[in-house]
Amino acid sequence: MNSPKINPAVGDEVASLEAGLDSLGSTSGRHSAKTTRVHKAITTIVPSFIAIALLLLLWTLLYYSKIKPSYLLPSPIDIWHSLATLLNQGVLWSAVGNSLRRAAIGFLASVTVGTILGFSLVRFRLLRMAIGPLVSGLQSLPSVAWVPAAIIWFGLSDAAIYAVVMLGAIPSIANGLLAGVRHVPPLYLRVGRVLGARGFNTLRFIIFPAALPGYFAGLRQGWAFSWRSLMAAELIAFSPSLGISLGQLLQTGRDLSDMSLVLTAIFLILLVGVGFELIFFTPIERKILRTRGLLADS
Amino acid sequence: MNQLEVYEELAVEGVNSDSQSEASPAVVFEKVSKTFLGSSTQSVVLEEISFTVAVGEFICLVGASGCGKSTLLNLVAGLEEPTTGTVSRPGGKVALLFQDAALLPWLTAGENVELALRLRGVKRVRRRSEAERLLTLVHLEGLHSSPIHELSGGMRQRVALARALAQEPRILLMDEPFGALDAITRDVLHEELIRIWRATGLTIIFVTHNVREAVRLGQRVKLMASRPGRVIGDWTVDIRGERRIESPAVAELAIEITDELRREIRSHASGRE
Repeated sequence: MNSPKINPAVGDEVASLEAGLDSLGSTSGRHSAKTTRVHKAITTIVPSFIAIALLLLLWTLLYYSKIKPSYLLPSPIDIWHSLATLLNQGVLWSAVGNSLRRAAIGFLASVTVGTILGFSLVRFRLLRMAIGPLVSGLQSLPSVAWVPAAIIWFGLSDAAIYAVVMLGAIPSIANGLLAGVRHVPPLYLRVGRVLGARGFNTLRFIIFPAALPGYFAGLRQGWAFSWRSLMAAELIAFSPSLGISLGQLLQTGRDLSDMSLVLTAIFLILLVGVGFELIFFTPIERKILRTRGLLADS
Repeated sequence: MNQLEVYEELAVEGVNSDSQSEASPAVVFEKVSKTFLGSSTQSVVLEEISFTVAVGEFICLVGASGCGKSTLLNLVAGLEEPTTGTVSRPGGKVALLFQDAALLPWLTAGENVELALRLRGVKRVRRRSEAERLLTLVHLEGLHSSPIHELSGGMRQRVALARALAQEPRILLMDEPFGALDAITRDVLHEELIRIWRATGLTIIFVTHNVREAVRLGQRVKLMASRPGRVIGDWTVDIRGERRIESPAVAELAIEITDELRREIRSHASGRE
């Protein structure tokens, strides 16, 4: 706590007393961040690696024990081959790329609409009372239920797929924002008032930063719902005109009774969904929580 | 800039001279009443409060729960309106300190201070140095970029004090600001507060339920009765020389006020159900 430039004045007992109390009471610099981080990384990654390895081992054992014929239960190696085939045919990247592009566009559109809807719900009490419960209710409606409706409205087109994705994600995002704002501690609002924030400044400096964790949780859930809805839509709205996609890969696997292809598609869907979470959402969420001191290890 | 220069600068700005403090009023309560309407009942929180706080005065309000101390501060801060009567504050701008330091956790210590500066309209280029000057004033130099959650309770309360001072108030309202702190820290913050009061010439209204704390700090102590809240006693603390929480003179007056407070609390015994 003692800064090198300014030493407590000689005879200023309060200052030195405070410096003592401060160093006893604060937690800064109590642990070496670097070793903690490396240690943390190892302890989180190693167990999941062991779990995956054990799972693969179990799977291989089941395969060789011939409980089920190999066309029902392919081996991990078969999956690998099927993945390599997709890669050689040039199908892999276009399938992943198409689905990811649709998910990204659908998600961004959902973020825009969901955020505007969320703000309107926050801002207009009457609107909140009128459609607030509806928006919450829609959150629990599996968006696959929208697929037939979307196909009737938009035909077998990208528009139908985007409609399903957005109907799946928008309620989560709007609700996340609404919940975030609702849970802003009243004390912060009083602080804002006392400091002289009014109107837009209150929104900008107090409400939005305070609601950010809730909003972000909504975004994260919105992404998960986008991805799920997209797979449901691609699986059901199946047409050559829509081009190759991960959902279509699943459908092709089913049509050909190609279990390795089906499992490969599932694996890819999981990988993209989880990968996006880990690369994009997890670091941002950690940062949001860390600045607020809400992370257990910080 | 070193600390002494900071004090001197503040002392020049200060208006804490005795002649002036008796002359002009900083806060005036005139027959202030406050009633809250419940679903079926209405409760009178404050009843006919009338008194004046002089510029540069350090006044402490003590009382048991339900005496409306916090409501009184909210009225001065403009967070609530009186039901009848008027609260005027010719003393100038008001800042309020809460029991919880109420720092915004997504900002660092220095950024909390800077937010107050920004909302006051201080230009960006001056904010950083001004925030650092204020943190130095509360003996937190070099902690501009510290996250709030790494600071101790006493440090947070000092950041809150720096943030309040960043508003350039002439009147500082303190709502049990040290209530949640341990005794050692509280003791140190008492000295700190007196030092800053002397240096700045602020008018301070300090609310507490700790009678000793009130006598330790205030030039005047007002005792409030509960339900409805009203002023039932007023003491001028006339203790010469160094005042500490352990001083016999502080204890003596605290006992006198506590006896009065207990008498008041006993009068509510029949209301227990």
